[in-house]
Amino acid sequence: MGDEPLVRWDWIWRNWDTGRPDSILALLESHVVMAFLPVLFGLLLALPLGLASARWRWLYQPTVSVMNVVYSLPSIAVFIVMLAVTGLGQATVIVPLTFYSLAILIPAVVDGLTSIPDHVRKSAVAMGFTPLRRLVRVELPLAVPVVLAGLRVATVSSISLVSVGALIGQGGLGYLFIDGWQRQFTTPIVVGVVATVLLAVIADGLLVLAQRLLTPWRRA
Amino acid sequence: MITFEGVTKRYDDGTVAVDDLSLEAPTGAITVFVGPSGCGKTTSLRMINRMIDATEGRVLLDGQDVREIDPPTLRRGIGYVIQQAGLFPHRKIVDNVATVPYLLGWDRKRARARAMELLERVGLDAGLARRYPFQLSGGQQQRVGVARALAADPPVLLMDEPFSAVDPIVRASLQDELLRLQSDLQKTIVFVTHDIDEAIKLGDTVAVLRVGGRLAQMAGPATLLTEPVDDFVREFLGRDRGIRRLSFIPAKDVRLEAAPADLVTDAAGRPLGWRADGGLLPYGTFNPERDSLRAALDAALLAANGTAVAVDEDGRVIGVVTREALDEVLGQYAARHTRPLPATGEDPRG
Repeated sequence: MGDEPLVRWDWIWRNWDTGRPDSILALLESHVVMAFLPVLFGLLLALPLGLASARWRWLYQPTVSVMNVVYSLPSIAVFIVMLAVTGLGQATVIVPLTFYSLAILIPAVVDGLTSIPDHVRKSAVAMGFTPLRRLVRVELPLAVPVVLAGLRVATVSSISLVSVGALIGQGGLGYLFIDGWQRQFTTPIVVGVVATVLLAVIADGLLVLAQRLLTPWRRA
Repeated sequence: MITFEGVTKRYDDGTVAVDDLSLEAPTGAITVFVGPSGCGKTTSLRMINRMIDATEGRVLLDGQDVREIDPPTLRRGIGYVIQQAGLFPHRKIVDNVATVPYLLGWDRKRARARAMELLERVGLDAGLARRYPFQLSGGQQQRVGVARALAADPPVLLMDEPFSAVDPIVRASLQDELLRLQSDLQKTIVFVTHDIDEAIKLGDTVAVLRVGGRLAQMAGPATLLTEPVDDFVREFLGRDRGIRRLSFIPAKDVRLEAAPADLVTDAAGRPLGWRADGGLLPYGTFNPERDSLRAALDAALLAANGTAVAVDEDGRVIGVVTREALDEVLGQYAARHTRPLPATGEDPRG
């Protein structure tokens, strides 16, 4: 690579938006979809599962154990197994990442709900809240800080894990690593790394902002 | 009126929290449940609003079995104050206070107006309304807790050790505040505490419970102090029962005499001290219209000559009470309020 510069800016301009699926913008777009949908699905599934685990405590340990086993499976292995089920589409990445998100979010939902002081729950009962209304008006809002903390971890880890999908042809920005590696050309690798990190930083920043807006009632 | 009819609470593991409790908490009065931990006082309280259901017996609210009422409906009609205030951390003070009105479906404006009215009533600045609970002191939070319990103007108020977690000075002011509110509102209040002094100060009637959830004695505070039924109640009441009993005897009946010339006053008639060689000696005052005999005795004991100075609302001298006059009243009081001991050969400590 001798006198080749680390980054060739002209390559970036030329490949930014070519309209083809391997343009930087298209890769970024598919990366965002494959990173965020699993977190969204994970959250939607974690809420009922977490609520059930908080309600019936005996469910909690088995659920967390199963989720920890899922989390420990190497992502590449899971992607390859998923190929047989979902074929070569984005779903092959989205489905496993949903499980990874779940593994982080279920404990977050349970911890969020159990972090509510007993006197607050008791006083809600004593005021005459019905169980459903208590859940929606008191317990879920109070679980928000802990759930959002879990959401930050899930989001950032999802953004980073998507790249691995490049090995089965669905990796968003991860494609740039493989492309750069195969051609011994550093510019796409640098672009991939920088874009992934920026995406993670921006997403995390948005969640912090959401936390500020949603929980003005917390001790600073 | 709240009536307990042979109420027992037994848990699945066989523990009996409340054992065959029968008592009445009269309308418009403060009934205090007091006792050591494990005496079932909180369990009994929670059986009134069905946070716990009795195993046997019935709890009646104005004659109706509480178990015939759907719990959320029942609870919205009963104010509830707990130890750490139990405020909702995520809601502003005004919305915390308006909780039950919201549950009852009041519109937001009316509920908030009612909340503001109550904040003022419990002595909180309107500026606190827009704050969150963590921005308030423990005493302020507890006042908010009381305001919240009163928001929908329920006839019944349940208070579960509401003032136990604040320091003694704040606690005393919260107690005074409650008595002041109660003299206006005349709610049916059931108040749980482990602090016998609090029970005696606040209760119109005090129910002393013993471990295992059995009623040891139920009486007015003055009677309780003079006539504890057994050693348990006597020990639970603690020392100085005779002196503490005096707090319930108004001082208005003591014989006042004209202030002697050696009581020095300022131009407005407020006392400065007792004249003596080389200066003034200390004095003690009480207000016969408002204070108890205990305050009068205390005032007498503070002065070197044993004479208490009676003052009016503005602190001006209206007379003095000599030791002889006090002796006379104390003698009458002792004769009137001491009954012969039961002839059971019990320890005659009285």
